Amino acid sequence: MRKNLPSALLIAFLLLLWQGAAMGINAAYILPSPVQILVRLWELREPLFLVHLPATMGVTAFGLFISIALGLLLAVSMDWNPKLEKALYPVIVASQTIPTTAIAPLFILWFGYGIWSKVLVTILMTFFPIAITVFDGLKGTKREMEELLLTYGASKKDIFIKLKLPTALPHFFSAVKMSVPLSVIGAAIAEWLGAQKGLGYFSKRMMTQLDGAGVFAPVVLLSVVAMAAVGVISMIERKLIKWRKEL
Amino acid sequence: MLEFQNVTFRYPEDHLLMMENLSFSVEDRAFVSIIGASGCGKSTIFRLINGLEQPDEGEILVDGKPIAELRQYSAFMPQKDLLFPWRSVEKNICLPMELQGVPEKEQDERCVEVLEQVGLLDYRKKYPKELSGGMKQRVAFARTLLSGADMLLLDEPFSALDYLTRVEMQEWLLHQWEHFHKTILFITHDVEEAVFLSQSIYVIKERPFSEMERVEVPLTYPRSRSDLKRPDIADLKERLIGKLRKGVSL
Ligand SMILES: Nc1ncnc2c1ncn2[C@@H]1O[C@H](COP(=O)(O)OP(=O)(O)O)[C@@H](O)[C@H]1O
Ligand SMILES: [Mg+2]
Repeated sequence: MRKNLPSALLIAFLLLLWQGAAMGINAAYILPSPVQILVRLWELREPLFLVHLPATMGVTAFGLFISIALGLLLAVSMDWNPKLEKALYPVIVASQTIPTTAIAPLFILWFGYGIWSKVLVTILMTFFPIAITVFDGLKGTKREMEELLLTYGASKKDIFIKLKLPTALPHFFSAVKMSVPLSVIGAAIAEWLGAQKGLGYFSKRMMTQLDGAGVFAPVVLLSVVAMAAVGVISMIERKLIKWRKEL
Repeated sequence: MLEFQNVTFRYPEDHLLMMENLSFSVEDRAFVSIIGASGCGKSTIFRLINGLEQPDEGEILVDGKPIAELRQYSAFMPQKDLLFPWRSVEKNICLPMELQGVPEKEQDERCVEVLEQVGLLDYRKKYPKELSGGMKQRVAFARTLLSGADMLLLDEPFSALDYLTRVEMQEWLLHQWEHFHKTILFITHDVEEAVFLSQSIYVIKERPFSEMERVEVPLTYPRSRSDLKRPDIADLKERLIGKLRKGVSL
């Protein structure tokens, strides 16, 4: 707790600054104050928590789940088969430079306002980092350790299970922690572009009503949920990876 | 008995041969060291024995049979302990048995037995990061033992340790060797270490090499460090250092 004190103080200071500036400008439709946002969050609690948050979380969870499954599959197959690696790795790396947010509208165009267009945007944003990070983890095993296992008569499968998986586990967790905020962003952007519910959609609707605090409220909610999710994952990680300090 | 018969080897990436027509042998239950300047091919001999590399020509036999037909005839212990950080001491040393499909109950028994012998029973559940350098090497040695092979290939196992720990580990290793009746082939670039530990020493003088000069150490076991001060032993050390220096071009 103590080591977080300086950053907690900094955040408190920034919030105060924000509150002061907002009160000075006094135009809530441009810059609502933190207090106004919290009040609005409370007022809007029913639609936010009962309708829009579940919608966005659904998209995020669904997209993230598919991304992790696909990313792992791809990482493992590239590690298993060097030909696949040669063919796919450069393509995957290059594809990371595509600005996903810019092509997101295409998905709305093709797949409509339903859940699939959003899930696709989310997958597109998270799939590549997961595949690459996990793959690098699998490749990052020490050659000496692999050779040691070979001298014990290990098969390719043994090496994968006893050496590669444990080595890649921390990478997997980093990838997931990185992907949670990305998937939330992906879902919110897709909803912003075209949807019937979800926090992104809600935020946009408040914008058209010039309700500044109403625009911010779902954004704050999203951030808090994403941070909480990363926190939970970190906890699982610490439970599972006790040896990490040495790496 | 281990035999190299006219073994020639070159790494595909290298232009220079590593060894040419090399023949030598190591008797069962012997403690034999190989010394040579770094880069002269000591580790390569081990890679050939444990099958990580294949000779271009010649044959390697264990008890008269080509090693390609054999399994678990040798166990390799590298310079770095290479303990898996995510496994406890116990799980680390069970690894070779796990790979051989030894039943868990038997793994457990043999693990306890060996840990007791190497003096680490209390550290069974600890993780490698909680151990000192010397302890890690002892765990790595226990793991090597439990691979079940009769010939242990130790590649500069103590060279990363500080001097006092190293001296202690050398005495400890001799003790283990007498207890387990294994053949030990020991690589080092430290002449004193080789003299203190081994019955015979093979010297690699240059690269590529086609023979290793064999030198016998006129000491019996158990040994003590004061034996190293005997005039004939001090003289032997000097001679060995002289042989090595001829091979080094600066
Ligand atoms: N895995 C390898 N692949 C290619 N060349 C190697 C490899 N290992 C060693 N070498 C070559 O062999 C030389 C060292 O051989 P090595 O047997 O490791 O020597 P030593 O153990 O006596 O220090 C290196 O200089 C390098 O040129
Ligand atoms: Mg070496």
